[in-house]
Amino acid sequence: MTPDPRQIVFDNVSKFYGEVLGVNRVSFSLEPGITSLVGPNGSGKTTLMNLLTGLIRPSQGAIYVLGLTPHQPIEFFRQVGYCTQFDSFPPGVNGYDFIYWPLRLHGFGRDQAAKLTNEALERSGMAQVARRKVAGYSKGMRQRVRLAQAIAHHPSVLVLDEPLNGLDPMARAESIALFETIAKQGMHVIISSHILEEVDRISDRVVLMSSGYVVAEGQIREVRREVRDHPMQILVRCSNAARLAAAAFELDHVVEAKILNDGHGVLVRTRDAEQFYLLLNKIVSGGLVEVDAVAPADDDVNSIYQYLIGSDGAPT
Amino acid sequence: MSAQNSVARILKWRKEQPWQLFSSQISVLVRNEVRRNLFTRRRIWIYLLAFIPVLILLAHNIFDRHGTDPSQIENDTLVLAGIVQLYYFRLGIFFACMAIFTWLFRGEVVERTLHYQFLVPVRKEVLVVGKFLAGAIISVLLFETAVLACFYLTYSRFGSAGRAYVFDGPGLGQLGSYLLVTALACVGYGAVFLALSLLFKNPIIPGAMLMGWEAITPIFPAWAQRLSVTFYLKHLCPVSLPIEGPLAIFTIVAEPVSRFVAVFGLLCLAIVVLVLSCFLIHRIEITYTAE
Repeated sequence: MTPDPRQIVFDNVSKFYGEVLGVNRVSFSLEPGITSLVGPNGSGKTTLMNLLTGLIRPSQGAIYVLGLTPHQPIEFFRQVGYCTQFDSFPPGVNGYDFIYWPLRLHGFGRDQAAKLTNEALERSGMAQVARRKVAGYSKGMRQRVRLAQAIAHHPSVLVLDEPLNGLDPMARAESIALFETIAKQGMHVIISSHILEEVDRISDRVVLMSSGYVVAEGQIREVRREVRDHPMQILVRCSNAARLAAAAFELDHVVEAKILNDGHGVLVRTRDAEQFYLLLNKIVSGGLVEVDAVAPADDDVNSIYQYLIGSDGAPT
Repeated sequence: MSAQNSVARILKWRKEQPWQLFSSQISVLVRNEVRRNLFTRRRIWIYLLAFIPVLILLAHNIFDRHGTDPSQIENDTLVLAGIVQLYYFRLGIFFACMAIFTWLFRGEVVERTLHYQFLVPVRKEVLVVGKFLAGAIISVLLFETAVLACFYLTYSRFGSAGRAYVFDGPGLGQLGSYLLVTALACVGYGAVFLALSLLFKNPIIPGAMLMGWEAITPIFPAWAQRLSVTFYLKHLCPVSLPIEGPLAIFTIVAEPVSRFVAVFGLLCLAIVVLVLSCFLIHRIEITYTAE
């Protein structure tokens, strides 16, 4: 196959550690934007990221990142930055040197490497403590300095393994804003996380993993459509909730219509949301019910994850 | 025609390689590795390995002020040859190279920092060469300094007779040979230990086997003796040690090899093993939990 120079492609990739399965028969391709790998610990997220960056080799299949493979390290690692989950650093290194010397290995001269180092430290909010030894950093600071190293050379593909771990709320918000800025510049940002709410907010698409398999992938709404056989929950805030619930029950695809405790709305579970919305339009236009708000109640990754693998994705 | 094509292909390949980038990457790698391995408290025992004979000779010079008779020079020359051949080649340089060169990659696995080296735009062959050069610089610097200090302490105590032996006699030539042999020992053992660290998760056991082999080769036939590093080093040494003790009856005196063959042979060994390491590095995956 001819690799697409804009995409990240996994082509039937499997990885076995001896007899232990890492990931099995993974095939998908990713466009630029933020992609989240979601799954409980041991589901294969880190294996997938390590495969993508060449830290491990696939047992079978092929991976292309913007048309390149890790066998072309000079071209490949100029395009890719990886912030791993390994919380370890070269002994005695300070924050500045931790970023500066890898940039020198990229081939940048002294001045350019220093400029990029300072820029990365500023972007990650680590400029003030850059000359301190990394060994004296807090967990959040270590996470941020690793992030700074990964973005310092302005990669086109940024791979982040649990990048929000150990960050305080302020740093989380700043990091998320940074990822969004990077993604808006047309870059790939691949994030793994088991904190579903966070990736739900920032992701353009998700790859849901379980026990080494990709169980679903695509935009969150597309993934939701893939599990059509599972009822979707829709919350309708309205007057005359009892009338709406009765009308909803007349539809075959509605499996549950529950009036909210305050009596001002209905939670509907339906296998065909489109049909339900048509009914709702009819009722509203007939003047039987006044609708204040309609929203899918489970159109987030957490719910999808529960449907797909019967787990809430919490770390095991 | 095909030979011409091959040459043309090689020349084209050579022209396409970013040699300037490789050399700047190697210089950065060497600088980082030297700082990491040489200027660190954890490496004090390697300094001790290198400088124990220096300390002993220094103590000898301080406390034995009577043994400065010029007739003792020949005897002390043999003592110096024993220090270099029996201590440095068989123990000091051997163990220091084992520690320095196996730690270049294995140490990074233990410290879980090797992935940083694998996530930069550096070819793995360049990484091997850079790390090897760093190890070679560290070990050569330490042991050449130590041998130089031993040489100075051996002859300085004899005053003008010592100076005459060094500058008007064979002393300076012997020093040159010792320094050459020390550098070759560091490079030869270094290349072997680097390859062992890429081949085995625990290179200590094969290292111990190598040490055993180096120690017992004198009792093997001449062809087998040629498969040891010590054989070539011994033939490059300016002073031969008499074979004594119970092992002497088992020892087979092999025909000496020429200086050129010994130097060339050791350098070839180092290069071949280094090329092997360049292949082995591609097998390494970052799976720290499995180590």
